[in-house]
Parts: sequence; C-alpha cells; structure tokens
Amino acid sequence: MRRLLILLPPLAWLLLLVAAPLLILGLIAFAEAGPGVPPFIPPVAWAGGPAWQGSLESLGTLIADPYYLEAFLRSLLTAFVTAALCLLLAYPMALGIAGARPSWRLPLLLLVLLPFWTGFLPRLGAWIGLLRDGGWVNGVLCLAGIGPLRLLYSDLALYLGMVHAYLPFAVLPLATALLRRDTSLEEAAADLGAKPLTVFGSVTLPLSLPAAASAFLLVFIPAAGEFVIPELLGPPEAQLVGRVLWGEFFQNRDWPLAAALALALLLLLLPPILLFQRLGRRA
Amino acid sequence: MNLALLAVRGLTKRFGAALALDGLDLEVRPGEFLALLGGSGSGKSTLLRLVAGFEVPDAGRMLLEGRDLAGLPPHARPVGMMFQSYALFPHLTVFDNVAYGLRREGTARAEIGRRVGEALAMVGLEAMAGRKPQQLSGGQRQRVALVRSLVKRPRLLLLDEPLAALDAGLRERTGLELRALQRRTGAGFVMVTHDQAEALALADRIAVLEAGRLAQCGPPAELYERPATRFVARFLGAANVLEGKVRADGAVEAGACRLALPHGAAPGETLAVALRPERIRLLPGAPPVANGVGGVLRDIAYRGDGWMALVALPDGAELRVALPVGAAPPDPGSHLALGWPAEALVALHA
Repeated sequence: MRRLLILLPPLAWLLLLVAAPLLILGLIAFAEAGPGVPPFIPPVAWAGGPAWQGSLESLGTLIADPYYLEAFLRSLLTAFVTAALCLLLAYPMALGIAGARPSWRLPLLLLVLLPFWTGFLPRLGAWIGLLRDGGWVNGVLCLAGIGPLRLLYSDLALYLGMVHAYLPFAVLPLATALLRRDTSLEEAAADLGAKPLTVFGSVTLPLSLPAAASAFLLVFIPAAGEFVIPELLGPPEAQLVGRVLWGEFFQNRDWPLAAALALALLLLLLPPILLFQRLGRRA
Repeated sequence: MNLALLAVRGLTKRFGAALALDGLDLEVRPGEFLALLGGSGSGKSTLLRLVAGFEVPDAGRMLLEGRDLAGLPPHARPVGMMFQSYALFPHLTVFDNVAYGLRREGTARAEIGRRVGEALAMVGLEAMAGRKPQQLSGGQRQRVALVRSLVKRPRLLLLDEPLAALDAGLRERTGLELRALQRRTGAGFVMVTHDQAEALALADRIAVLEAGRLAQCGPPAELYERPATRFVARFLGAANVLEGKVRADGAVEAGACRLALPHGAAPGETLAVALRPERIRLLPGAPPVANGVGGVLRDIAYRGDGWMALVALPDGAELRVALPVGAAPPDPGSHLALGWPAEALVALHA
C-alpha cells in the first residue's frame, strides 16, 4: 500500500504528461485534416458504437514525399555533427575541471552553466549581431582586408549556435564521471611504465566511454528536433524536422501530418538511444 | 656494508600545514623484506608514494641503487607498486592486467604470453586468465595485483597494506605466500602496514614510523624485546611503560613499583622502563620488594589464548598483565601479588 502511494505521483506524471499526449498525438496522426477548431476530423466517431473514419493519408505523404525523408536525414546528420563537436570540446573541458584544484572545480562548473542563467533568445540575437554581414566579425575581417563573408544563415552559424547551446549538456556528465574516477588506476598504469598519453589512452579514456556515450545522447536527442537555432542562424535550405514540423503545424495547419512527423522522429531516435545504451553498458 | 637498494635521506613532505614526513632517514637492503609500521598519519603511505614518484618531496633525497630518483616520472622508475585497493584495470582481463607492464616495455608477444602464464601459475590463477577483475574473489584479486606488480621483475616492490582488504582467515596464509614469493624473486619488498602482528611475522626488518620520523628500525625480535622508545614499546605488543627516578642503589622508583634493572642506571636521572604484559607473573603470598608489586584487579578480559588483566596499583597507575589459560581467573576486586624477572625490564631512550 505504501509502495503504491510512493509510486503514484511518478506514475500519474507519466500517464498524464507522457502516455496521454502520445496517445492523442497518435490519434491525430491517423486523422483527416479538415476545417474547424481543431483542424482535423477525429479518426474515431461515436455512432451507436465506435466507428473508424480515420485515414492513412498523412503517413502515406510522409513516406511518398522525399522532402520529409530529406528533412529527417538532415536532422540526424546535424544532430550527429553537433553531438560529436560537443563531445570533442567537452572532454578536454571536463578533464580540466576534474583535474583542477578542489576549490576551483565548483566555480569552473558554474562557468559552464552560466549561459543558462541568461535568456536563450538574447544569446542567439548576440550571435546574429556578431555574424551578420555588417556585424563585428565581418568588421574585423574587413579591416584585415578579407570579406565581408557570408557568415550568418550558413552551416557555420548553425553549428556555432548548436554547439553553443548544447555544450553544457555534454560537459556535465563527463565532468561528473571524471571527477568520480579512481585515480589509483592511472597511478598503477604509470607505475607499470605507461607514459602520460598511454595512461590516458589505455585507462582514462576507455573507462570514461559510458559517460561519453551519455554526453553524446544528451546532445543528440534534443538537437535532432531543434527548431529555433536552424530557423534563426541556419541556411534557408536547411529544412530540418523541427522547422518542417513547425511549418506544417502553424503555417499549413495540417495537424495530422505534423503529428505523423513528430511520431516518426520519435521512432527514428529510438535505435540510436538503444545502441548507445548498450555501448555504455558494455564499456 | 653493501650498497643499499634504496637509501632515503632527510626526506620531508608537507601537505598544507601538516608535516607527513619530517626528515626521514631509512635504508632498504637488497632482497630484504622491510615492514613500515605506524599508525594512521605516521607518513608510511606518503613514503611509498614519494618513492613511486606520485608525490614530490619538499626536501631530501631518494637513491635507488645509488641513483637519484629526483626528477624521474613514475613510469621511468624501476620500482613496482601494489596498491591497497589493488587498482586492477576493470576493463581488462586478468591476462591483460598482468601483461600491461610488459606491453609498455615492448616485450615480444610470445615472451609476454610465457611470462604472464608463468606469473599466473606462480599464484595458481592460470584458469582465471580470461576473466575480468570483478569476476574474481577478493583473494584472487589480491594475487593478480601482486603478480602484476612483480611480472616486470622490479628490484624494489612497494606494497601498500597488501593484506588489509582480506578476511582474517585468508590474511595469515596470504602473508606467508607473500614472503615465499619475495624469497623466490629476490626483490626487495617494502610493505606498509598498521598491523604489528603482520609486520612481526613477515618482515626481515621493521621500521616503526612516528609522526613522519623513524622511531626505530631493526629485526622483529630486537624491536619487540628491546624497544628504544615509549612509542615503539606501546605500539609493538602494548607494553606497560613505567617511569621514575633512579635511586642511589641503581633501582628505579616508579610510583608503587621498585624496578631493579639488570644493568643498573645512573642515580638521579629519570628513566622510562618498558615491561611486557606477558612477562608479569601472578605470585602466591606477598610481592617482593623489588621487581614486584601488589594491586587490585580492576578488570579482566578473555582473549582465547589467555586473559588480559588490568591491575590497579596503590599509586593509581594501572598494569596490563597477560595471564595464561588453565588456572581459574581471579575475580575483579581481589588483591594480587605480581612479580617479574629483571631481564623483562627494558630502559627506554625516549
């Protein structure tokens, strides 16, 4: 009885805020778009009993039109590159924090988190100001006789923004794992004749792989559905799932197609999540 | 005397305001088993970490076979170390753990296979070569850690509490195996321990550390029978330490006890004398005037191989007395007459 009481809040949370929305999303995905508020005809009607009046049209569109497939592939690629860049930058940062004097560690971690304390949109606005044709970066480049270059609305700007926004998510799990590591293992390796780089490659790095996998995932998953950064900084041709979804929902008011897109993204993200979890467990 | 395997001169190490080692001088002879004995904070583990190169001394020198170790990084020091936690690599098999040091030397594959096989056979773990450390028992892990540090045949092996993590039953046998392995390899062993019984049983010589300094160094029997200081006397075998002025006839007047030392002492000086609990006997009748005292039994505890009695003396001091089993133990509160031979008394220098 007491166990049930303890489990009730998380269970209610999961039912109300995860399972129920997913169910509604699934129903909308099988509905037919139509005029009205909300702009679709419910797939199941009540006429003396439940009667099916949904359609598979949205799912069909998703598969038939290469536009959507391309958006998915682009999103996965963008998320992968973002996560890889974050991991490459975060690992040395985390190693530095873990190796710092104890009194320095907390301030350094807080510095990593500091961007979270200011608004997300103003920070992106700052990037726009830096990168636009008449911006600061191009101003300096012009003084040096180069440019102006087209920096804003490019892949460079997109990845600058993505890495900037997601880096803390990669630093935190890595720093935690590296702080908790048993340094006597590294001492043992050195004592057995391993030079510092060999110690890192044969002991520190392999033992931190599970943390690296979770850092990668923590960036990859939200990055795959990112909408704001590609919209504000990315090139116009970068039609990522987040942007396409937004367009279908708010501009075309095609809720069933938007719902089908959201479900497909969820399904696409499952395999990498399971793969990384298994990698993490094995390492 | 032949060249020391390891010579430590005036070694000093501070951690912030705390002085871990305070001008320590120590020598390890080739092929000897030296135990570093001391309480927590005595600096014994710090000494190992300095010799292995994990810490840098604030002052003093360390010479390994005459060669100064200063400035040599850990990987370049021909010194092996066995960690108290064993520090086995959890992501490598037993074989790869033991082979790790040989691979860093660039030893040929076949040679590595042969030497790792030999090393594992030495401790009866050939069948475990393919397992990961977490699939082994505590005793097996201890042996893997030991042969991993020995497989490179270091001239000097440092062991940080190598038996501390084992069950009491396993500890004695493993200790004897450790010493047999030391004899076979001929390497010098320096073993840190806080367990005096372990040090007495295994070591050729014991170095007792107190507050970062060497209190006494010598063979176990010498340290036990002729402790130089109060600390050594109390730390090894929990001796009674009695203190008093030397009288005109050479006996020491220590409270209620009159101690007649075998060699006498200079009259007038204050002297501390060690008296081991097991050298004190229960006497029938009245105690002798010298080397005897009467007291009241305050408390008594059974210890399996005998009784440990706490006897209150008329001057308020207490004597620890070890009584053999067999005779019925006296009741608390009863008056006892105690006596001891003159040879049991050891004058202490500090």
